[in-house]
Amino acid sequence: MPDSNTIITLNNVNKHFGDFQALKNVSLEVTSGERVVICGPSGSGKSTLIRCINQLETHEAGEITVDGVTLSATQNNAHKIKATVGMVFQQFNLFPHLSVIDNLTLGPRRVLGLSEEAAKARAMTYLERVQIPDQADKLPRQLSGGQQQRVAIARSLCMEPKILLFDEPTSALDPEMIAEVLDVMTELASSGITMIVVTHEMGFARRVADKMVFMDQGEIIETGTPEQVFTAPKSQRFAHFLEQILNH
Amino acid sequence: MKRLWILIAIACLSGCSDNWGWYVVDPSTKSGASNLRFMISGAYYTILMSVTAILISVVLGLLVALPGLSQRKAWRMFNRTYVEIVRAVPILVLILWVYYGLPQLSGLTLNVFWAGVLALALSDSAFQAEIFRGGIQSISKGQYEAAQSISLNYRDTMRYVILPQAIRRILPALGNQLVYMLKMSSLVSVIGMQELTRKANELVVSEYRPLEIYTILVLEYLVLILIVSAGVRWLERRMQSSEV
Repeated sequence: MPDSNTIITLNNVNKHFGDFQALKNVSLEVTSGERVVICGPSGSGKSTLIRCINQLETHEAGEITVDGVTLSATQNNAHKIKATVGMVFQQFNLFPHLSVIDNLTLGPRRVLGLSEEAAKARAMTYLERVQIPDQADKLPRQLSGGQQQRVAIARSLCMEPKILLFDEPTSALDPEMIAEVLDVMTELASSGITMIVVTHEMGFARRVADKMVFMDQGEIIETGTPEQVFTAPKSQRFAHFLEQILNH
Repeated sequence: MKRLWILIAIACLSGCSDNWGWYVVDPSTKSGASNLRFMISGAYYTILMSVTAILISVVLGLLVALPGLSQRKAWRMFNRTYVEIVRAVPILVLILWVYYGLPQLSGLTLNVFWAGVLALALSDSAFQAEIFRGGIQSISKGQYEAAQSISLNYRDTMRYVILPQAIRRILPALGNQLVYMLKMSSLVSVIGMQELTRKANELVVSEYRPLEIYTILVLEYLVLILIVSAGVRWLERRMQSSEV
């Protein structure tokens, strides 16, 4: 029985891409304000899982409830949760033809109906939060990868979502830029927003996560607190996975 | 470019020989100057018709392209049917059909100008639709997902995210279509439109110097199209400053 604090519930979710089963009976509960890190080998279904939460992918069977809205395989409720869920992508996906400030104000103006001034003020607040207010008038391509990803985070924050999903946010970055993005995410984690992060950054996971989820071949193999899983992983597969990414 | 100028120079120089009679368009004589003015005055309708037609065909093309990108098969079928049928009709045939046929069918009489514009725009819209479809399809899936993740609806996604990028990419192709349109507008002369080609034809009938007059006609189109090319290149450069 989910308690009243539960913001996301996944119940036996299944998803296929052709013959390939990307998600097998996945069940997960996330409470409001919780910070969840999902890890696992590539192709294990981590990205598919979070993409189902904001319905970039539709699931075939099972039930997903996000902030009280039930997304089942048959009814199309996706539009009801869009403003609740923000997403940060591996490839940033900034709008290349728009300046940083226009990237940030587009959603608030067109979707939330803010005036231009209000949207700009909000955008500047979040640009300061990700520490690049001086880049507001530049185009995305004039920024470094790390800066672009921070703009993408600010763009999501401008919609003031309750839940923020991160799909391998540092995987496309040069090593020296990973830290600046993780710092911003760590700061965000202390703000009370619900975060679900797909990442291989185990240092970040250890620092920030309330819950670790390990996936392999479309299934959730193990969940636990960082202390539990880092010191004594229950499953052989998770132990092996941790060994590989921590001792490379 | 250099070779072209040499060719033109030779053509002009040979005006001294018996084969050429440049007097017919010699601006230093009174009749020559008035003949030249007569010919050049056709540029007004050539330009007006081409520009009006391209504006209509771009809008029409976009409206036909969007259903072609739909998930629904019926919409895609509409797109395919329109493109395949319209693309298969020769422009000259379409001009004749719209001018002589359409009034009988619909009771609606179009003057020469609008019949010409409508035929040119219709014919071009099938090509525009394919250009737009290609341009829109070249935008990465990530852009749609980003738009979706900030809750933009379909219309806003197209208007603010996808089309501005797609149009930058298809600009060279759009320029190409404008050049094509300028040339194809010469066909509207057959229904009596007083554009460049019609004027030249009329002058040939009265002066009987087809060689010189049609040479000038060639140069007129050449100048027009070089100007359009330069304009499109300028626009591309200007827009490139905000390309990926």
